[in-house]
Amino acid sequence: MASVTVSHVNKSFGEFRALDDVSIEFADGGFYALLGPSGSGKTTLLRQIAGFSFPDSGEILIGGEAVESLPVEKRNIGMMFQNYALFPNMSVFDNVAFGLMVRSTPRHEIKARVGEALELVRLSGYDERKPHQLSGGQRQRVALARAIVFRPRVLLLDEPLSALDKALRLGMQVELKRIQREVGITTIFVTHDQEEALTLSDKVGVLKDGKLLQEGPPRELYERPATAFAATFLGDANLFEGHVEEGELALSDGTRLRATAPLAGVGKATCAVRPEKMAIAEKGEPLRADHNHLEAELQEIIFAGNSLSYLLRRGDIHLRVFAQNRATAELQPGQRVRLTWRVADTIPVEA
Amino acid sequence: MKARPTNMLARIYLGLVLAFLYLPILVMAAMSFNSSQFYMLPIDWTFDWYVKLAHNTRLLESTRNSILVAMVTTVIASVLGTAASIAFFRYEFRFKKVLQAALFPPIAIPWLITGTAMLLFFFWSGIGRGLHAMILGHVALALPYVIIVVSARIKGFDPDLEAAARSLGASPWQVIRHVTLPYLAPGFIAGALFAFAVSFDQFVISYFLSVPGVSTLPVEIYTAIKKGFTPEINAISTLVIAFSITLLVIVSRFYRFGGDR
Ligand SMILES: Nc1ncnc2c1ncn2[C@@H]1O[C@H](COP(=O)(O)OP(=O)(O)O)[C@@H](O)[C@H]1O
Ligand SMILES: [Mg+2]
Repeated sequence: MASVTVSHVNKSFGEFRALDDVSIEFADGGFYALLGPSGSGKTTLLRQIAGFSFPDSGEILIGGEAVESLPVEKRNIGMMFQNYALFPNMSVFDNVAFGLMVRSTPRHEIKARVGEALELVRLSGYDERKPHQLSGGQRQRVALARAIVFRPRVLLLDEPLSALDKALRLGMQVELKRIQREVGITTIFVTHDQEEALTLSDKVGVLKDGKLLQEGPPRELYERPATAFAATFLGDANLFEGHVEEGELALSDGTRLRATAPLAGVGKATCAVRPEKMAIAEKGEPLRADHNHLEAELQEIIFAGNSLSYLLRRGDIHLRVFAQNRATAELQPGQRVRLTWRVADTIPVEA
Repeated sequence: MKARPTNMLARIYLGLVLAFLYLPILVMAAMSFNSSQFYMLPIDWTFDWYVKLAHNTRLLESTRNSILVAMVTTVIASVLGTAASIAFFRYEFRFKKVLQAALFPPIAIPWLITGTAMLLFFFWSGIGRGLHAMILGHVALALPYVIIVVSARIKGFDPDLEAAARSLGASPWQVIRHVTLPYLAPGFIAGALFAFAVSFDQFVISYFLSVPGVSTLPVEIYTAIKKGFTPEINAISTLVIAFSITLLVIVSRFYRFGGDR
């Protein structure tokens, strides 16, 4: 096992800057997600760490050792591919044994370790099957067993679950987490699915246009997004744009909103508020000093069983509020309501 | 369950087609075992024609030539064809599309015309005629087949397999040996068998390019028939057919494997 350090890595394809001065640290034994929309450079970053491709500049350390010039086969990393990439003409056993075989491991040891790995992914007894005789989830687990059986220093996964249907995906998430914890291997996991990133990882790095926008534990990222992009990409967010007046955010109609901390500087500013942090005030509810308040017109109520979404409008601002289905007051579309939320949930973000 | 009339018709039709295809061959095979030179019935079973064949040096020599030409053609055409297929798959280069399209017309052009063209060209360029000229001609004929067959196999290759093998610690040579070659093998073998069959069965071009005393089996059979038919020809033909069918069965097996995933 080992830590991974990426520092000031740049990678261009012709004129196109796929990675722009990316620095990120993955501590030993952690489970990390690289999250970003399609084309943001996630795969490119993972390929630099794996050694399939080499950065134009910058450093990559695995376990403290500089590896930028080592080819992939010398880096001792385990990698899982999006389409599993199992060797179609080999049995499950031979697939899993591959990494040991090319390292000239003695036969009896190969047997024992492949057995352990298959047990770990709960596929004991499938040794002789061919990949085409397995379900998607089983192939996935063979690919995982194959990637960890030779005890690599790091496990890299490129959107490993995106090919599975939703139910299977949730099951595999739990399984992946269990196996990662059992083996204790440093794991870097690429995904464009924010929910997956938030549930699985100890730390998330958000990529956009080849830049690392923000990194941190899921909770921190969710509660304190640094940019409007991070706020909307990781979950839902209502964005308020205005300008700074006496440390508060003044909307175009003059309404003042207070943020977590007094806004610094002058000029334009943006704040984000998570829809579930907002509530529709009950009639006669007193105005609370530590809350922001905003009148808006209720436009639509979307019923989703245990929860409700309210769509509202104030001028040209469209807002969204999530609530538990505990319908206390009878609300009707077209009604004017007062929204209320804590000042502490009003997060200043970069536009 | 009673067969519907359309079903019945279809079956009769199929039976007729099969009979039309195989009856002449069966008759010929049977006659190669008939002692009567004039095909008198009932068949009087004998191996005489095969024994005679064993002493017919012209037929045997031409068979040896056929096999020699086919084997050399196979080696050259499969290596060149496989290399070309890999290049088409892996690299982008100018005129790639044009080159790929240029593979098909030779298959469609009548052999008589290709043969005439080759004869003219070989004469004009000083290559001349003989086994070496035949090999050149056969390689040219077989190449498109090899490229098409091998390319069909390569097309299904997932480059991530090589990437996966490398990530598992395989050296470039180990990747080729354990991943790339085993995957390509069925396509390569099918392509080689195609090349062999194209060369071994070739008549027109071999006829044009043969010189007196040095010819291939199909050419020799044709020459012999012109002089007067003997059941020895039935015998050698039967052997060749048995050989060709075996070859084709093997090809079709590999070709099917080539198609599965
Ligand atoms: N080998 C390459 N040649 C040219 N452009 C590439 C190459 N690999 C990736 N790119 C470009 O780099 C950008 C980032 O790609 P990628 O890392 O695959 O994104 P992601 O995995 O986040 O979807 C994309 O715009 C892609 O087109
Ligand atoms: Mg990707």
